[in-house]
Amino acid sequence: MTSDSDFQSSGGPLLEVTDLVKHFPIKSGLLIDREVDQVRAVDGVSFTVNKGETLGLVGESGSGKSTTCRVVLQLLKPTSGSVKFEGREIAGMGRRELRPLRREMQMIFQDPYASLNPRKRVGQIVGDQLKVQKVASGKELRARVEGLLERVGLSPEHFNRFPHEFSGGQRQRIGIARALALEPKLVFCDEPVSALDVSIQAQIVNLLDDLQDEMGLTYVFVAHDIGVVRHISDRIAVMNHGKIVETGEADQVCEHPRDEYTKKLLAAVPIPDPRESAIRRRERVGRPS
Amino acid sequence: MSVTPETQPAPTGQGGGPLLEVAGLRVGFATEDGRVQAVDGVDFELEPGEVLAIVGESGSGKSVTAQTIIGLTRGPNSRIEGSVKLNGEELTTQSESQLQRVRGSKIAMIFQDPMTSMNPVYTIGKQIIEAIKAHDRSVSKKDGRARAIELLDAVGIPDADRRVDNYPHEFSGGMRQRAMIAMGLALEPSVLIADEPTTALDVTIQAQILDLIQDLNKSRGLATILITHDLGVVAEVADRVLVMYGGKVVERGTLDEIFYDPQHPYTWGLLGSLTRLDQPRPHRLPQISGAPPSLLDLPRGCAFRPRCPHEFPKCVEVPGLEARLPENPDHRDRCWLTPEQKKTLREVEPGRIGLEEPR
Repeated sequence: MTSDSDFQSSGGPLLEVTDLVKHFPIKSGLLIDREVDQVRAVDGVSFTVNKGETLGLVGESGSGKSTTCRVVLQLLKPTSGSVKFEGREIAGMGRRELRPLRREMQMIFQDPYASLNPRKRVGQIVGDQLKVQKVASGKELRARVEGLLERVGLSPEHFNRFPHEFSGGQRQRIGIARALALEPKLVFCDEPVSALDVSIQAQIVNLLDDLQDEMGLTYVFVAHDIGVVRHISDRIAVMNHGKIVETGEADQVCEHPRDEYTKKLLAAVPIPDPRESAIRRRERVGRPS
Repeated sequence: MSVTPETQPAPTGQGGGPLLEVAGLRVGFATEDGRVQAVDGVDFELEPGEVLAIVGESGSGKSVTAQTIIGLTRGPNSRIEGSVKLNGEELTTQSESQLQRVRGSKIAMIFQDPMTSMNPVYTIGKQIIEAIKAHDRSVSKKDGRARAIELLDAVGIPDADRRVDNYPHEFSGGMRQRAMIAMGLALEPSVLIADEPTTALDVTIQAQILDLIQDLNKSRGLATILITHDLGVVAEVADRVLVMYGGKVVERGTLDEIFYDPQHPYTWGLLGSLTRLDQPRPHRLPQISGAPPSLLDLPRGCAFRPRCPHEFPKCVEVPGLEARLPENPDHRDRCWLTPEQKKTLREVEPGRIGLEEPR
């Protein structure tokens, strides 16, 4: 939130979101669709993201965290509210106006199986946007893509392979290479590790961490796994029913939550320590087991 | 199959053996690319009222183990060896129709995604009644419905008498999983196999479902096999744990043994890479390097060898699943390191277990 005093401004806000609203109509009727109600997916959300920091967005399914990302990126038209990127209002911009901005903001998706076109080679998946944005072509494009693949822990020889030849963790690396191809300033990571095996999750989290340091990236990291969000984030915003219920420094929110919903959410996260969880279960169930 | 002689507390069921006994289970599939040994030697026993967790990553063989117990992996391309005994009765050699009677009535299974494991065009009630009637045709419609309501009520569905007529899409994810459990309980089985039952659910709902499984487990003496990749979930509900890797059990022990005295480097790695809310966050998340092996091309010797920083020449031989701690014959692992070496190697920081290059 803009009024937050507990963030270190390392370079001023890169992204400023104010009173963002996205309602989806529920329509009904035989001949004429009448709007009978609305789903308030995002219902007045405000936050800022500073240059070089990671903002974690947590919440349960249906809390509006993914919709928030898509509306901020203008992949969905906001119902109302303002989205300022580097001080410029981007809400309501047309496709053509947005195109140069697409270079600056990218997204990494949850499912590395669904988010890569199975009929395209890795080189195309990662490199096509360089062509579209007329950044590079031909030999230069190839060199850039190979460099990117190496940077995310793949090998340049993977340029001509198809996505099905890769494991889940490697596919997520391809997705990361694609998001970083245009050297964006802001990257939205929407559940980037939740579809991966436990031992691979840590690798991807560490990779995102390293890339942030190397390239000076700013992340909005969306996940339902509070442990992972706390690890990677500087600040955390907790969402529930389309609203942000609490924002604060990551450790602060996790260790001293103020909001009731945050408390409930944290209490439900299983602790991988049998003695600790036995105590918590007794507290939760309210009787000795 | 020789069964490991073990003293089991409180023998139950006929014959005095354990309720469920899996010995030397091996499951192989013939694929286009060659033979895949998905499960390569799994042994365990299960007692009433006990929760056994099987932990592993994709391709570790945990789900195939569970599916083989109730005969779901049978087929022209699969080869099943070893034995699965329920109350002393061998299941692997039973005919499909004999197995039909075991499924549901003695062993029930619930799956990860409650949306795809229910039929969207029938009401919840109808699907529960169908399960009951499949085993007892004499049950009347009225009795079946009453039983369905009773079951939904038992798993904590509010307004069960009204909800019984709902379709699956009218239920939330957590309620659907409750309904799946109700369906599983319809014939009062003695064993419940839950394959990643909470993976698709939100944490607050997950906590409720885990409480429910534990309640049923204690109140009905339901023996439960919980398959999961989440060690947090394991810590909440399990009594004993099997850790699987590359089709083999690499460590087995009680909950406390696995969490506080883990013997296998893979277990250390799993424990070490968790993001824990109850501890200060490390600067960097400890990771296990590399990726799980392809079952088509397993490394020689210990399957975890290529990812293990503590590898030494002996590791090219496959270690047996043995008790390496003389004081603890039931805590077994597949690692050649000596217990003393393990004690020092696993402690990456005072009081913190992990998998790291030895300094």
